Amino acid sequence: MINFPFALLNRTKALLMSRNAKDSLIKSFTALSVLLIVFIIVAMLSVIFIGGWSHLNYSFLSEFPSDGMTKGGIFPAIVGTALMTIIMAVAAVPFGVVTAIYLAEYAKESSVFARTIRFAVKTLAVVPSIIFGLFGLGFFIGFIGKNIDMVVNGGELRWGQPNILWASLTMALLTLPVVIVSVEEAIRTIPKEMREASLALGATKWQTIKRVVLPGSVSGILTGTILAISRGAGEVAPILFTGAAYFLSDLPHSLSDQFMSLGYHIYIMSTQSSDVDGTLPIQFATTLVLLLLTFSLNAVSVALRYRIRQRAK
Amino acid sequence: MDNIKVKVKDLTLHYGISPALKNISMNIPDKMVTAFIGPSGCGKSTFLRTLNRMNDLIDNVKTEGEVEIDGVNIYDKEIDVVNLRKKVGMIFQKSNPFAKSIYENIAYGPRINGISKKSQLDDIVENSLKQAAIWDEIKGRLHNSALSLSGGQQQRICIARTLAVNPEIILMDEPASALDPISTSKIEDLIAELKKEYTIIIVTHNMQQAARTSDYTAFFYLGELVEFNKTELIFSNPEKKQTEDYVTGRFG
Repeated sequence: MINFPFALLNRTKALLMSRNAKDSLIKSFTALSVLLIVFIIVAMLSVIFIGGWSHLNYSFLSEFPSDGMTKGGIFPAIVGTALMTIIMAVAAVPFGVVTAIYLAEYAKESSVFARTIRFAVKTLAVVPSIIFGLFGLGFFIGFIGKNIDMVVNGGELRWGQPNILWASLTMALLTLPVVIVSVEEAIRTIPKEMREASLALGATKWQTIKRVVLPGSVSGILTGTILAISRGAGEVAPILFTGAAYFLSDLPHSLSDQFMSLGYHIYIMSTQSSDVDGTLPIQFATTLVLLLLTFSLNAVSVALRYRIRQRAK
Repeated sequence: MDNIKVKVKDLTLHYGISPALKNISMNIPDKMVTAFIGPSGCGKSTFLRTLNRMNDLIDNVKTEGEVEIDGVNIYDKEIDVVNLRKKVGMIFQKSNPFAKSIYENIAYGPRINGISKKSQLDDIVENSLKQAAIWDEIKGRLHNSALSLSGGQQQRICIARTLAVNPEIILMDEPASALDPISTSKIEDLIAELKKEYTIIIVTHNMQQAARTSDYTAFFYLGELVEFNKTELIFSNPEKKQTEDYVTGRFG
């Protein structure tokens, strides 16, 4: 009996030690996974940077590909990606923002309609991007385009084939759920008290949204939409069937023209080229340009957010 | 009794199926301060929010009965809540200025009512801030953010913002509960000043505050109006045992 307290003490001690040991184990495990991620990012960026930097110069950015795409620049792919991104944003952002305003401000949480929209948005967000490409081919080109040609052009083929408009709209569908979700989240960060203050002063719901909710959440809205757009800018699958071209000797002049895109160009250069090994520097440099483009979009969103926050103070 | 501003008849309110207010009838006098007291959850804030129909914003709220302001039932189908809320202003427990300048906060109400002339807005802003007894403290920094002010100043900005819309009734939902004693006494002084021109209804947890500021006091318990009378009678000679227990601090 006299040993009992010691036994208890030892057991407590053992328990405490084991908890400490477990704690430090978990700590090292989490630190390790962070390190792993940092390592992957650094490795990826440095491989691309080392491989592409020496080839990156003004003529690479400003010239067309030449000699069967084994030489020359990527100018049309840059322009094509930029145009596609702009048209996509013009289509997706207003739609997404309006839907998000409806979901956050007007829809009753419990209404069947709002729940249906939310379900649709979530489902849309997990659909593989290649499916969007197929949908674009079937819907925009096969259905809408063909019918436009039939009704307006007397059957002459113009809109019923891949072009930059259909590719951008397909991409807009892909980014739409991301825009909706991030804008809705940004709108919901405005406290209920702010809405109540406005309504209690005799403002209508729309006045409250326009003058209090949207100005207050504009930085979140911009950040979310720019992130969504920058993700879309690098996608390839949706534009494969809907508008991206292997090679064009001219820039797109109208919405019914095809276009070259950076992501697709990388894919072609690394799989379809007549000289895959010889064009490695071009591939790396193209990848670097695409990365820099999306990074700079992100940088713009960070800068915007910072400026708006400063102004709010 | 004095002139009646608000006449409540058999008001019952349900959240979903559970009743939050039961058969409340009372007459609230014009240009006086009426205090609502009672333990947490007794329905006093809910009742306050029926008077400018802020409860409309919550799903599943069902209101029955009548609330007449100047003889008009505000739950009538033809009533425009926007106009109602211009007439019945509200001050919240947590001061809630917009993330805008002091000037823009006060000018918000007039602007949404279509006033855009600078000189007119300037006048309204100045007068409202003077009425809310905060003009002297902040007149040099009207274009600073309202969020840069102290909690007590923010609450007086919110009062000025409400005054700028020219209400007749001001509802105050525990306006000083988050403030220090000095800021609280400034708000109370302000209430005493404002009741010359406005009908004020204040919800408070602070018994002394009710006694100090109000002319009439209503005691609520479990969604029912237990007793409503002149404040001095409620505190010195209540008719109901429950009221007496509450105001003397025996429960609550």
